[in-house]
Amino acid sequence: MSKEFELVVDRIKCDGRGLCAEILPERIHLDSWGYPIMTKGPIPDHLMGLAQRTVDDCPVLALTLRRVAAQKHRGR
Amino acid sequence: MSLVLLSAVVVLGILSVLRVQSAGWPRFLTVGLHRNLALMTLVFLALHILTAVVDPFTHLGWLAAVVPFSSYYRTFWLGLGTIAFELLLAIVLTSLVRGFIGQAAWRLVHWLTYAAWPFAVLHGVGTGTDAWSAWLFTLQAFCVIAVLAAVGYRFMTGSRDPLADARSSFQDAVDRREPR
Repeated sequence: MSKEFELVVDRIKCDGRGLCAEILPERIHLDSWGYPIMTKGPIPDHLMGLAQRTVDDCPVLALTLRRVAAQKHRGR
Repeated sequence: MSLVLLSAVVVLGILSVLRVQSAGWPRFLTVGLHRNLALMTLVFLALHILTAVVDPFTHLGWLAAVVPFSSYYRTFWLGLGTIAFELLLAIVLTSLVRGFIGQAAWRLVHWLTYAAWPFAVLHGVGTGTDAWSAWLFTLQAFCVIAVLAAVGYRFMTGSRDPLADARSSFQDAVDRREPR
């Protein structure tokens, strides 16, 4: 089990409020309709706190931190 | 003091719904302040209840802090405070476990704020021994005006969703296709 995490958006729940991109612009930017686009790959350690905050602050609970599957990561 | 904090929390909550922001005040600041002040409000309320319960003059006892309208001292006005505190406790606890209970349930409980805040105000006006002293009256009036202004503003502006028009026209198109 890896200790690396990635941010995952639930596209059904997401309302395009854009709060996540304000908190973590290093990893999240918004498309022209205001929906988030995540930078691929695991979140670096120094950004984990902010990543957790995007999950907690999302007004519609559309974000989760997911453990990067070891195999999937190798395959990339 | 608890009322000032609570009013600030309510106003901040409404501001975050309205997506108020500026260059120097991003929205996550509103959300963070809303959360932290809400937790601080509970701490102040705990102190308020503790000092009230151990006050030898009223000797309320713990039952009055938990069961509304059970105190012989200012039964009605004190009961309002008990109700307000229990509502706030429910609101904060559900917020802390928002991820587990789901968005819909959390939102439903969060609407109770609009019941808890007036109860808290009435509790302060009715129970406070110095409710009509000039400084406290000013403070209470300020809180009431601030919250009413925010609520009124929320009521007037409605949804600030920039995608609202696109969504409703899409929904209309869907409804036309599949008459229900």
